[in-house]
Amino acid sequence: MDIQTMTFLIVGATFVLYIGIAIWARAGSTNDFYVAGGGVHPVANGMATAADWMSAASFISMAGLISFMGYDGGVYLMGWTGGYVLLALCLAPYLRKFGKFTVPDFIGDRYYSQTARTVAVICAIFVCFTYVAGQMRGVGVVFSRFLEVDIVSGVIIGMALVFFYAVLGGMKGITYTQVAQYCVLICAYMVPAFFISILMTDSFIPQLGFGGTLADGSGMYVLDKLDGLSEELGFTAYTEGNKSMVDVFFITAALMVGTAGLPHVIVRFFTVPKVRDARMSAGWALLFIALLYTTAPAVATFARVNMINTINGEEMQGTEYAQAPSWVSNWEKTGLITWEDKNDDGRMFYSGDERNEMKIDRDIMVLANPEIAGLPAWVIALVAAGGVAAALSTSAGLLLVISTSISHDLLKRNLMPDISDKQELFFARLAAAVAVCVAGYLGINPPGFVAQVVAFAFGLAASSFFPAIILGIFYKRMNKEGAIAGMISGIVFTAAYIIFFKFVSPEANTPDNWWFGISPEGIGTLGMLLNFAVAIVVNKMTNDAPDDVQEMVESIRYPKGAGAAHAH
Amino acid sequence: MKKDDKTALEGYWRENLASMLGLLVIWFAVSYGCGILLVDVLNEIRLGGFKLGFWFAQQGSIYVFVGLIFYYVHRMNKLDRKYDVHED
Repeated sequence: MDIQTMTFLIVGATFVLYIGIAIWARAGSTNDFYVAGGGVHPVANGMATAADWMSAASFISMAGLISFMGYDGGVYLMGWTGGYVLLALCLAPYLRKFGKFTVPDFIGDRYYSQTARTVAVICAIFVCFTYVAGQMRGVGVVFSRFLEVDIVSGVIIGMALVFFYAVLGGMKGITYTQVAQYCVLICAYMVPAFFISILMTDSFIPQLGFGGTLADGSGMYVLDKLDGLSEELGFTAYTEGNKSMVDVFFITAALMVGTAGLPHVIVRFFTVPKVRDARMSAGWALLFIALLYTTAPAVATFARVNMINTINGEEMQGTEYAQAPSWVSNWEKTGLITWEDKNDDGRMFYSGDERNEMKIDRDIMVLANPEIAGLPAWVIALVAAGGVAAALSTSAGLLLVISTSISHDLLKRNLMPDISDKQELFFARLAAAVAVCVAGYLGINPPGFVAQVVAFAFGLAASSFFPAIILGIFYKRMNKEGAIAGMISGIVFTAAYIIFFKFVSPEANTPDNWWFGISPEGIGTLGMLLNFAVAIVVNKMTNDAPDDVQEMVESIRYPKGAGAAHAH
Repeated sequence: MKKDDKTALEGYWRENLASMLGLLVIWFAVSYGCGILLVDVLNEIRLGGFKLGFWFAQQGSIYVFVGLIFYYVHRMNKLDRKYDVHED
């Protein structure tokens, strides 16, 4: 059976599975729709959180990014996992005990202020839309490469599917579909990694093979070989990296804190029955995420060695183009690999200096990896299904936050407090439907800034939500004046820095012009510190939070009496 | 709330903060410490084919993170019982 048929079969089978689960887990009430009835088992919630969190970017792009960044790629690995420690220790149990549906709920009630609630709603919607546009694009890319439909049809198929189960099932439908999607995506990631580890190293476990010796009998360590190759070809040694230490530090911190402040991640901890379960499911979530995140750097290393060997040949003289394996021409068609024969010798050559003749898009590393390693057709089909699962699960989670923010935080808590549960559910579905269409439109006509705004989303979450929530829990006298002033100064500062370097004068975006050597990707950390400082100073100058609010803060510190998440 | 309860709960909160801060120190030490600030020093040491600093940045810190959360869960479950604030 050829790759094409195989891909249709496997991707089709996963779609049937998702739809079946969606029909089984329909939502009957707003409670089901927003927090899955609050009865999800911690292990299931951990899987769903992991699938929610690992987007098309984690699945498709991350290993590729690392393989081009070497040591610097660690910022993503540590940044996107370390945030869960903050979540489990400092946020999840208390927010669960607080027992409402959304992050703006917490901000609005804790700071007894509609203004604070509105600021939080706007941030949440903005963060989610920037994110979801990228996901829809990811669905489109996978469809167009593996199913050979154009990107527009790919996006429409993806939209239809998400529409079906998010609008019908709400959080309940999404949670159980995400459990299935996690299983698909982790298999799709691990199977090729095992195969390649066996082929290249002395161990079948990629995490060990990565630090083991090469299977070619030379007895050389994989990483030493890659460091040697990199330096010979004019790159920095793979294990060294190019970024300054201060920048690596700030980017890692911004990603960690941003992770802990992202509304679609936080909301997952409202779906479990108890405070104890909220802590536990953060642990399971990170364990499931860690499976992929510790494999990714191994995949990155293998892919880079493989790629250099294939293109430059064993003798490092370049491979004749006529002899190139078929994946080179397959990906050349998509424009993601280009070769320009500068010295007219008919041989391809890849390097970090003037000898270089190749342009290779980092996004193909994971998708092309099975082809590069010559793995069987079903593995390639599985990778396609995994990419689709990663993109769909994340988009669904984000769309739900958008619809909840609109129907619950904006309509029910702000504009139309008198609507019934049934009407609210109707508005939630309507908002989800509209959000799917907007996301689809953004996926088909991506604004040029999609790639840039990812840094924006994390920076914003880090500099706005995180300090407000932390202070709300651990500093009970914090008042609304302090919190609002802090959130606004954090966001404005971070946004201004990013907008200046990314949009106003991108030509000035060099380390010499950055403050303290901090790139726009890392500036959210500084914004967060500013938020904390402003909030505390303003709080000192104004009256403390009223007694009843302080009492509420006391009560969320103790697990007893959490009960199910409730409306009000 | 009775006065005794209140003192007991303050004890619970203090112990909670102490273990939380302790674990956050480890969290900081493995990622920002070993993986970033001390990376050049640790890279002099080898762990099989890995330079140790590089290993912390790309593998080690993630394993420690997972361990930290499960340890915290375990500790807090015991603490909840000790102060009788556990759920049913």
